[in-house]
Amino acid sequence: MGSNMAECHPVAFRWPMKAKLNGAKLIHVDPRFTRTSAVADLHVPIRAGSDIAFLGGLINHVIHSERWNKDPFFKDYTVHYTNLATIVNEDFKDTEDLEGVFSGLMGYKEPDFWPYNGFLGRYDNKTWQYERGPKPPGPTTEEVIKQRGSFDDLLRSLRKGTAKSDPTLQHPRCVFQLLRKHFSRYTPEMVEQICGCPKEKFLRVAETLLENSGRDRTSAFAYAVAWTQHTYGVQIISCCALLEQLTGNMGRPGGGIMALRGHAAIQGSTDVPTLYHSIHGYLNAPSAVRPHDTLRDYLAAETPPTGYWANGPKWMVSYLKSVYGDAATPENDFGYDWHPKILGDHSHMACFAAMNEGKIKGAVIVGQNPATSLNGTATRRALRQLDWLVVKDNWLTETATHWYLGPEVKNGEVKIADIKTEIFFFPSTQIAEYDGSYTNTQRMLQWHSMAAKAPGDCRTDSWFYHNLAKRLKKAYADSKLSRDQGWKNVTWDFDPDPGETPLYPGEISALKVLREINGYATGNPKQHLKGFGELKDDGSTTCASWIYCGCFPAWDQNLTARREPDPPGVPGAHLKWGWAWPANRRNIYNRASADLNGNPWSERKRWVWWDPNFVNPPDPKTGKPIPRGKWVGYDVPDFTLTMPPSHQGKPDGIIMEPLSGTDAYIMRPEGKGWIFVPSGLVDGPFPTHYEPHESPVQNLLYPKQQSSPVHKVWSQGKPWNQLAAPVGDPKYPYVITTYRLTEHYLAGAMSRWLPWLSELQPELFIELGKDLAREKGIKNLDHVIISTPRSHVRAKALVTDRIGVLKVAGKTIHHVGMPWHWGWMGLSTGDVVNDLTAWVGDPNVSIHEGKAFVCNVERA
Amino acid sequence: MQVSRRDFLRLTASAGAGTAVGGLVGLGVTLAPATARAQELRIKDAKTTPSICPFCSVGCATLIHTVNGKIVNIEGDPRSPHNEGTLCPKGAAIYQLHMNPNRATKVLHRKPGAGDWEVVELEWAMDRVAELIKKTRDDTFIEKLPNGKLVNMTPAIFALGGATLDNEFNHVCQKFWRGIGVVAIENQARI
Repeated sequence: MGSNMAECHPVAFRWPMKAKLNGAKLIHVDPRFTRTSAVADLHVPIRAGSDIAFLGGLINHVIHSERWNKDPFFKDYTVHYTNLATIVNEDFKDTEDLEGVFSGLMGYKEPDFWPYNGFLGRYDNKTWQYERGPKPPGPTTEEVIKQRGSFDDLLRSLRKGTAKSDPTLQHPRCVFQLLRKHFSRYTPEMVEQICGCPKEKFLRVAETLLENSGRDRTSAFAYAVAWTQHTYGVQIISCCALLEQLTGNMGRPGGGIMALRGHAAIQGSTDVPTLYHSIHGYLNAPSAVRPHDTLRDYLAAETPPTGYWANGPKWMVSYLKSVYGDAATPENDFGYDWHPKILGDHSHMACFAAMNEGKIKGAVIVGQNPATSLNGTATRRALRQLDWLVVKDNWLTETATHWYLGPEVKNGEVKIADIKTEIFFFPSTQIAEYDGSYTNTQRMLQWHSMAAKAPGDCRTDSWFYHNLAKRLKKAYADSKLSRDQGWKNVTWDFDPDPGETPLYPGEISALKVLREINGYATGNPKQHLKGFGELKDDGSTTCASWIYCGCFPAWDQNLTARREPDPPGVPGAHLKWGWAWPANRRNIYNRASADLNGNPWSERKRWVWWDPNFVNPPDPKTGKPIPRGKWVGYDVPDFTLTMPPSHQGKPDGIIMEPLSGTDAYIMRPEGKGWIFVPSGLVDGPFPTHYEPHESPVQNLLYPKQQSSPVHKVWSQGKPWNQLAAPVGDPKYPYVITTYRLTEHYLAGAMSRWLPWLSELQPELFIELGKDLAREKGIKNLDHVIISTPRSHVRAKALVTDRIGVLKVAGKTIHHVGMPWHWGWMGLSTGDVVNDLTAWVGDPNVSIHEGKAFVCNVERA
Repeated sequence: MQVSRRDFLRLTASAGAGTAVGGLVGLGVTLAPATARAQELRIKDAKTTPSICPFCSVGCATLIHTVNGKIVNIEGDPRSPHNEGTLCPKGAAIYQLHMNPNRATKVLHRKPGAGDWEVVELEWAMDRVAELIKKTRDDTFIEKLPNGKLVNMTPAIFALGGATLDNEFNHVCQKFWRGIGVVAIENQARI
């Protein structure tokens, strides 16, 4: 669902195909009939954006099914490994109680200092918490912060009482009963009405999923950006995670959720985040709108006291040491005050909204092409407001040339002379022309080496920042201003060591950068850290990214460069091919692949298990003997290696102490997977069906709440982000979704300049159904104009049976789809489809709604 | 080495043995002699360097063949558990990302209001960009918000891009920007 894997991740799609040859069932739920559908056992068309209704229908079907209620596997898994039995606070009110919203909904007012957050509303999640026993005694968090107490004392002060639960699942406020109520109206009939898919097809999916979940079988979901680009994208994925936990598919071989990400390094650029909201390893960025005043405040706000995340102080201190080096001391909170704080949402659309209002003066854009993305007209208008713009790329992109070739300049709306931006273009190297690592969609780091030198002035993008940093180090070297002291103390040691030849004059050593990411003993960069278990909160370890710690465990051991596949005939975890975070683990939460006693759920699904006879060596630190028994398996076990399944946690402890031998979800504070999500999501503890911001129909499940009550709209009321009427705008009657083709890549910079790829897929088109074509008098290959309130584009019509009419809420809804790879540069050119999209987005992650909106289509 | 379209088809066909070629073999066509010759041509006197496909996120491993430092061929690494030597059309076209007359190789500068680019020296352009970053930072830096909160940042500079680039780039990029107090750092993961 939410992915056309055969065309967008074709090589990975060989594996579902191989599974199919081995008897697996392949289902494709998608508005379009694509090459993925063509080879699937079942294609189920649904309206773009109706995924939660579909998944919610599956959840409702599963919990009422005979199989789920009779086979003890499902209760064993969910009662012990998830929070299905946990009891929730009595003040919690569900969307069933409040006509489409949860308890805690409030209005939202933008702060004056950064009014670009876009929220339409916000929730206070106070009522979404578990019902708990008494809090353990001890000093309060405020006292520990005031006395600058130890980080462990801080964690102790954060402990809450033990959550109450009812393993019989009968308590009216246990998660199971709340879940039952929440999804009770997501019936097959409702799914048919909302999604437009025949009830029988939905039921076939539900039965197939049930038949293929259990001790001996697992089912996996694969999704891509068709699940993320919505005003409730995170909740779609959360809904799938809920379903996969409910069916006991998480943490097991052949189960789980595959996020099929879109770029070679997009996982890496999220882990090593060139993203405003997070610093290394998914630690939240220090923020002015959170209680983050001091390091202890930050840790108190961001660290749960129990579960593996409670190691956060070690990760944060080691990160600060990697930034500020010797200047980071316990006395100055490891330089925490120097670290910049965010003011709110500085995401892509928030920044272009701010840029349009003159709040952003300069931009550096490297290897990305925003002039053809996310409401392109508004984006290009924003770029024209800049004082200066730097573009660094392999080709002259639309972003580099918008000021003389953009549609607004071409049609005379904008005069070149009126654009006051100083603009630079720097040429870049290609993949074969430098060293480095990519992290793939499976969290695997793989090293690539330089094979040839780049031509002319092409330099690596790291070279660019390295040489800027050197210039700015020099420029501020003599500053006495307090605001410059942070930068003066930032360590910058990426020049190659003596004996290592730079790839280009002034080039960094990529190995040295990866060494800093992996981490080492403070003061001794040659003594690498072997894993994040070695990290300390006292400054004795320096490590930029705790999750990458272990990829380079010794000075001469770059594990990302390994290329040793497993031999044929073994389960094939390929642990010596590259290195996957965390700890080279290929399947996370894999404790759940064994039953409560640590035995494989079935021989067929053996992955990680407890070996009670394993003889452990004595503890290397204390020399004390360790009793027999160890978690072993085909993969790196995701659990405390010597903790037996029978272990009982200490309820009053911190970090891993309270967790027991069956608490498989070690990253969660209570060691249980979250079916009910008490914190971390801003738009609700359960996924709920809302309509896209622009939709042809009313929300059938919650007629009083059309769309997410807290989603984001930027530049509200501005002429550059006009929106259609929220329900059934007659000017824009059709649902449109955007998509990728196999032969092109994203905004086209990496494909439209290549003769081979341009020849394979030469022209922009719109795919529309035969009924709509007949209605509009459009013939195959006619030119048509597609319009939204933001813009209009011209494209050739591809009239097919593969997309078309859906019956939704008794209405006939036409669906159309467009690939979005084109722009005015390159060998193959075409209109910018993203000019049609709006600046509306998800409230958790600020991703735009590019996969479901409305448009009109007319013959040109 | 100039590779014509016909050569390319032949080379990628051999690289993709087991897919397209496999299909033909299934029809009783033997490509063995042609494949053997292409194999030899492709790697004759060539040095092999391991690399990764820079397109989607699957992480197909590639092998780059160079002769005297010049790329002559790029194909899937048969050892890879991800792709077992195969590549999709984009992966099969990595060669043209490199060997392509359309590549930009010069540093360009456009003065405010000007109608054209000027070709400039790399070092001059780096100096100028550093100067602009410093000026904007100094003009817009916020040490404390009106409510007294220490923030040590500027919201006035925006950095975009990273998902097409290495982990090492991302580290250097974010360390530089956060180091000087820029927080508006974004990449394609937001899309």
